[in-house]
Amino acid sequence: MEQKERQILVSVIGSILILGGYSLYVYHKYIAANPAIINDFKFWGRAFLILIPVGIAAQIVIHIVFAIVNKIATDEDLSTVDDERDKLIELKSIRISHWLFILGFFLAMGSQALGMPPWVMFAALLGSGFIASVISEGAKIYYYRRGH
Amino acid sequence: MAKCVIGNEIRKLRFLAGEMTQQQLADRTGVTRQTLAAIENGKYYPSLELAFRIAHVFGLPLTEVFSFRLDEDSK
Repeated sequence: MEQKERQILVSVIGSILILGGYSLYVYHKYIAANPAIINDFKFWGRAFLILIPVGIAAQIVIHIVFAIVNKIATDEDLSTVDDERDKLIELKSIRISHWLFILGFFLAMGSQALGMPPWVMFAALLGSGFIASVISEGAKIYYYRRGH
Repeated sequence: MAKCVIGNEIRKLRFLAGEMTQQQLADRTGVTRQTLAAIENGKYYPSLELAFRIAHVFGLPLTEVFSFRLDEDSK
C-alpha cells in the first residue's frame, strides 16, 4: 500500500473513531439523561458546532501521529507534493462527496416535509455528511489503485 | 468512439539514462513517484505539460517518449 493510500485509510479510520466517540459521548452525557432533548434545535446546533472544531483538532493530532509512526516504520517523510494526478483524484472525490451530501440534504428536507420529528433531519444531515466523507475517501483509494 | 491508448517508453528510457530511478525522474518533473509509476504502467495519462516535461528530461521529442493509437475493438 502506497503512502497516500495509507494516509487516506488513517483519515477514514480517524473520522469513524471521532464521530463514533463523539456520538457516544453526547448520547451518554445528554440523550440518556434526557431523551426529549433530541428534538431540541439548540441541542443539535451546539452538537454540530462543537463537533466541527473537535473533529478538525482530532484529525490534526491523528495526522501528526501517523507522520511520526510512518517515519519510524518506513523511514520516509510524508509527501508534501500534490501533483496533477492528486488534484484530479481530489476533484473526483469531492464530486462524489458533493452528490452524496446533496442526497442526504434532500432526505433531511424530505423528512420534514413528511412531518417527521426534527431529530430525523439532523441525523440525516450528520449521517450524509459522514457517509459522503467516508465514501469519497474510499473513492480516492480506488482511484489511486485502479488508475484513471 | 474508439478508445485511445497512450503508450510510453519511460521504463526503457530511464534504463538508458543510467538506470535513473522513478524517484529521480519524479523529482525532476515535479510529481510524486506514485504518479510516475502510474504513468509508466499506463494507469494514468499525463497532462500535455507533464508529458513535455518528461520528454525534456530525456532530451527527446514527445513522440519518442509517448505513442498513441486508437483501440478499434472497444468501439
